[in-house]
Amino acid sequence: MRWIWIDRFTAFESGHRAVAVKNVSFTEEQFDDYTPGYPLMPSTLILEGLAQAGGLLVGEHYDFKERVVLAKVGKAIFHELATPGDTLTYTVVIEDIKPDGAIVRGTSLLEGRLQAEVDIVFAHLDDERFQGVDLFIPEEFSQMLRMYRLYDVAKDSDGNAVEVPEHLRAAEREVYGV
Amino acid sequence: MAPNKDEVFAKVQEALVDALGLDDDEVTANATMVGDLGAESIDFLDIVFRLEKAFAIEIPRSELFPEDILTSADYVQDGKVTEAGIAELKARMSFADLSKFEQNPVVQEFGNLLTVGDLCRYVETKVGTTD
Repeated sequence: MRWIWIDRFTAFESGHRAVAVKNVSFTEEQFDDYTPGYPLMPSTLILEGLAQAGGLLVGEHYDFKERVVLAKVGKAIFHELATPGDTLTYTVVIEDIKPDGAIVRGTSLLEGRLQAEVDIVFAHLDDERFQGVDLFIPEEFSQMLRMYRLYDVAKDSDGNAVEVPEHLRAAEREVYGV
Repeated sequence: MAPNKDEVFAKVQEALVDALGLDDDEVTANATMVGDLGAESIDFLDIVFRLEKAFAIEIPRSELFPEDILTSADYVQDGKVTEAGIAELKARMSFADLSKFEQNPVVQEFGNLLTVGDLCRYVETKVGTTD
């Protein structure tokens, strides 16, 4: 199973805000063992989806050249349960961003109702201690961004389309030849 | 107008309560950030974000956390900060009381030094508090 907890981006304003959807499906493995007989989407996986959306928003701000990791969850409030068949709309907003990391505020909406709200601190792993450490294989990461349809919707602050960074394009060209 | 000392303390206290999940009365001026309040390294990033927002200031990492001094061969010998290093720390961190650390300047102990009061004094220097 892929560790992917958003289905696609529907909006992406570089350095500011992103919206992603997550369709909760009964075929997902978490329903096998989590609260048997009463299928619930684990709140931790909703948090993970919000963190994935937020982490990509933070990473894109630096052209995906920083190693962005979830450092701390300052707040996580779940107002409502999510179950198979639900579509969750995740919105993540950068509250603050600097070379050390970022603070992101996230919400999950279910049919327009506030389902969850979180505050997440992301850190950038520094070069001094993590030189040579890559969190992702570049070409696979780039493909993942395309599957999320990030570049279909991503805009910069002037409303111009955001392009795939050249270092990711180069990795794709080298491995996939495209 | 710059906030006075009480106002600075109130905002610092609020930032620490929120960042570390504490009660107001736990955040006293003499409490050490790491030893008494349980702050971990990642919490400092959160705290810095909150203080920058609360006071509309920029906090360069090296001002609060002088890692460059503490990892410099010029200022550290056998795991202890040298006299020159102490002088450098004092110059950089005039808001902190280093007298205790000076008695046994083991680098590893430095993280335990910073108190809530130090943090307030640091903010006061940034925002220009005079009373």
